[in-house]
Amino acid sequence: MTSIDLQQILADANITEVLEKLDQDLVGLAPVKQRIREIAAFLVVSRARLQLGIESAQPNLHMCFTGNPGTGKTTVALRMAEMLHRLGYVRKGHVVSVTRDDLVGQYIGHTAPKTKDVLKKAMGGVLFIDEAYYLYRPENERDYGQEAIEILLQVMENNRDDLVVILAGYKDRMDTFFQSNPGMSSRIAHHIDFPDYSQHELLEIAQKMVATMHYQFDEKALAAISEYIEQRKTQPHFANARSIRNALDRIRLRHANRIFEIASGAKTNATIEDLSTITEADIRASRVFTESLENKSASSQ
Amino acid sequence: MHITQGQFSFLPPLTDEEIRAQVDYAISNGWAVSVEWTDDPHPRNVYWNMWEQPMFEIKDGAAVIYDLDACRKACPNAYIKVNAFNSTRGVESMVMSFIVNRPAMEPGFRLIRQEGEGRTVRYTTLAYSTETPPGSV
Repeated sequence: MTSIDLQQILADANITEVLEKLDQDLVGLAPVKQRIREIAAFLVVSRARLQLGIESAQPNLHMCFTGNPGTGKTTVALRMAEMLHRLGYVRKGHVVSVTRDDLVGQYIGHTAPKTKDVLKKAMGGVLFIDEAYYLYRPENERDYGQEAIEILLQVMENNRDDLVVILAGYKDRMDTFFQSNPGMSSRIAHHIDFPDYSQHELLEIAQKMVATMHYQFDEKALAAISEYIEQRKTQPHFANARSIRNALDRIRLRHANRIFEIASGAKTNATIEDLSTITEADIRASRVFTESLENKSASSQ
Repeated sequence: MHITQGQFSFLPPLTDEEIRAQVDYAISNGWAVSVEWTDDPHPRNVYWNMWEQPMFEIKDGAAVIYDLDACRKACPNAYIKVNAFNSTRGVESMVMSFIVNRPAMEPGFRLIRQEGEGRTVRYTTLAYSTETPPGSV
């Protein structure tokens, strides 16, 4: 009887480490993590089958990540590339991130070389196409996007062991994109949907981000940021974790400005605690609060 | 007549796997890899036709194999070579070059003797493959 040591494959590829890192670094996203776990298991098993000679074909690994902005699609794509590299499904494991502009040319005969150029750069790694639905513009039948899609399809089919394509975009628009490009849909094996973060998860993300920047919230600031997230979620152009990151960048600016003013006024030295603690005032000064107040007063009038 | 030009030309033809290994070596040195083809294998013919653009930012040899396959499909009866260009200031020249595709039959060269004044003879070598219009093989 021939058998194979699955433990050995897992240990060689250090897959458990990657999965654990994914679990720790990314807040929430339970369904996504579950799917990635399944894909990892599938890849390990097919690696074993390959070694025993039961299977010879490279499994189809092209994926589609759908979800609202800032839900971690790019981050997960990076982790996915690392995982595929460790399991030996891509040779180099780099990620080339592109959008429509990088693939589609401006005039006749410009698109094919441009798309091929990007594909060649991505070979040996992962090609991440952000907002992939822009490739197809049904309102303009002479749009060059179709040409890019055709080249992409050809390479996705023929060069499966050279690169893995990950498409990303909003759920509803990707659905229409696949409806009008059935060839694309059938070549993508894994559709993963990224849910929005809950209030609680966003707060956890904010705390993690602040910790990696070596700052901390004091108690009142924590309550303020929680309130901030609540308010921000209801406002337009809310981009989940990305909005939180931008908010934190602005909060850091205000924090720096406050320290600067205190120091220049009182001529006292700032302590490490001063330099690293974000207070309520830094957060409350945000436009999110002032605007919502204005709205309230406007509606009450 | 087996043309011997560039690297590895005294070896049996390289397999795709070996070509990719060579290209990976070039990429690891930061050299730009390009694919070129010609009908005319004359040693003094330094201007071969470019197949697509030289590849400056590729990470893996598969990209060159991809181009090479397309080139082989388009001109199966041409000489095709893979070059690696080192752009380091002061070097700025081809550092690798090897033939990866040959016509099924290599006709070789004709030696032309031009009889000059007195008993002077001028010699010219001419590739038989250039006797048909370019690209017609």
